[in-house]
Amino acid sequence: MPDDSVGSGGIPVPKPPVHQRFLNSVPVAILIYAVVVGLIFYGSFAGAQNMGYNWQWYRVPQYLYSFTDDGFQWGEIVIGLFATIRLCVVSFLLATVLGLLVALLRLSGLVMGTAVSVGFLELIRNIPLLVLLYLFYYVLGPIFGFDRYTASVLTLAVFHSALISEIFRAGINAIPLGQWEAAKSIGMSTAQSYRYIILPQSVRFMLPPITGEMVHLVKSSAIVSVIAVAELTTVGRNIISDTYMSFEIWFTVAIVYLLVTLILSIGVSFLEKRYAVDQ
Amino acid sequence: MNRHPIIEVRNLDKFYGTFQALKDISITVHQGERVVICGPSGSGKSTLIRCFNALETHSSGSLTVDGVDVFEGSKEIRRLRQEVGMVFQQFNLFPHLNVLENLMIGPIKVRKISRAQAERTARKYLDRVHIPEQAEKYPAQLSGGQQQRVAIARSLCMETRIMLFDEPTSALDPEMINEVLDVMVELADTGMTMVVVTHEMGFARKVADTMVFMEDGRIVEVAPPDMFFTAPASERCRMFLSQILEH
Ligand SMILES: Nc1ncnc2c1ncn2[C@@H]1O[C@H](COP(=O)(O)OP(=O)(O)O)[C@@H](O)[C@H]1O
Ligand SMILES: [Mg+2]
Repeated sequence: MPDDSVGSGGIPVPKPPVHQRFLNSVPVAILIYAVVVGLIFYGSFAGAQNMGYNWQWYRVPQYLYSFTDDGFQWGEIVIGLFATIRLCVVSFLLATVLGLLVALLRLSGLVMGTAVSVGFLELIRNIPLLVLLYLFYYVLGPIFGFDRYTASVLTLAVFHSALISEIFRAGINAIPLGQWEAAKSIGMSTAQSYRYIILPQSVRFMLPPITGEMVHLVKSSAIVSVIAVAELTTVGRNIISDTYMSFEIWFTVAIVYLLVTLILSIGVSFLEKRYAVDQ
Repeated sequence: MNRHPIIEVRNLDKFYGTFQALKDISITVHQGERVVICGPSGSGKSTLIRCFNALETHSSGSLTVDGVDVFEGSKEIRRLRQEVGMVFQQFNLFPHLNVLENLMIGPIKVRKISRAQAERTARKYLDRVHIPEQAEKYPAQLSGGQQQRVAIARSLCMETRIMLFDEPTSALDPEMINEVLDVMVELADTGMTMVVVTHEMGFARKVADTMVFMEDGRIVEVAPPDMFFTAPASERCRMFLSQILEH
């Protein structure tokens, strides 16, 4: 982490007021966090107690893993998690390709290109994710003959490509004009300039927001449970309809999502550090 | 010396919107000639030499560089840029590549030369600009003078026939100016065609075959250096020279 007291360009930032520095200090932040989380847990458990909810945590582990005569086996929740990861990886790759194309179209300087990409962005941005999913599944699916899994992948990819294209655009625009001019003056084409000069430098600017977008995608992937695509949330719903353990299972599912997104964030912050050193 | 024209500019105008940055420019640069362009800030010097490798497109008039007719959208522009090197005031090295890679990427990706050959060429020109020991460093680890010499070597690695310099020493600390100018003088001795925008008049006296003075988007004076420095024809040029030669 850079020194907080120095702004961009090495200009010292004025010190924030005392109460802000107090609230921003790490031990205080952890304390506040613990108190808030504790209150939420206490509140929900106390509430559940008042409702006469019958906690059955002991029945949860079998949905995570089990030992049978065949040996060790992953439980339904973990299998659902694998399905979610696969869904997210495929959607994310597609979203990245689509996002890059839209960004390049937008930056091409062609009037048609800009019009098409801006139109696409506005359209996607202003349709709720759930409605987009219904469009792909109930309208485009029957027309083009694709199944619910494909509809889900396409929905997630298209929805996130809009935001990813903006990340690409900002990252590309962050590179000084002089880099383009230097690339051109050794005879590079626009494509070569992007590939060898501009994009490799943009990665540094794009990594943090792209991670944010990956986390966002993992979370929004839960929505495909409404068309019963097998993944983590769908599995959770199915278990609950068999067992009525809605509190335990939703808590477990939420924690599994949290773990995935935390691991993602931590992994990328490592990458970022390595990249910063390489520069 | 073979003195055939290599850059020919006829009645060239350049507009930015309604603002006219270049006004009716005509000038010829011959093969092997060293032209130094000077003039007050905003007079259009950068705009003019940037037209020479099509980083700017002129609005009207004709421009021929190394036999290629330059105009907006010409398919020949990329081939032309391989023959015309450019050195910028701000160096514009590629910060994500080390020195050697900066020098090799053009030859490998644009000229399609083998890595081994490109590396030999790169090391040869790093020697030529006197920093062979910096090959593995990144631009940010070099001083300004070293960075600018790498930038010169990067152009040389493309085996260009013409080199354009846009105020190559203006962004440098004073103690580094000479190391860059020395490299440029040595380059001039090899017979390279050079067009240099600079206010370093010592350098100009040493290498220039032709001095050009620009003001307000026009070429006001073209003369060989001995005449240019001793008896400039125009009053404005005389005033400009007295101002920059004072300090
Ligand atoms: N991209 C641009 N858009 C508008 N005006 C420009 C642009 N580039 C240069 N100019 C103007 O053209 C004139 C000449 O600029 P320039 O060639 O950079 O001058 P010099 O290099 O002699 O200082 C200046 O008045 C400058 O403001
Ligand atoms: Mg200039």
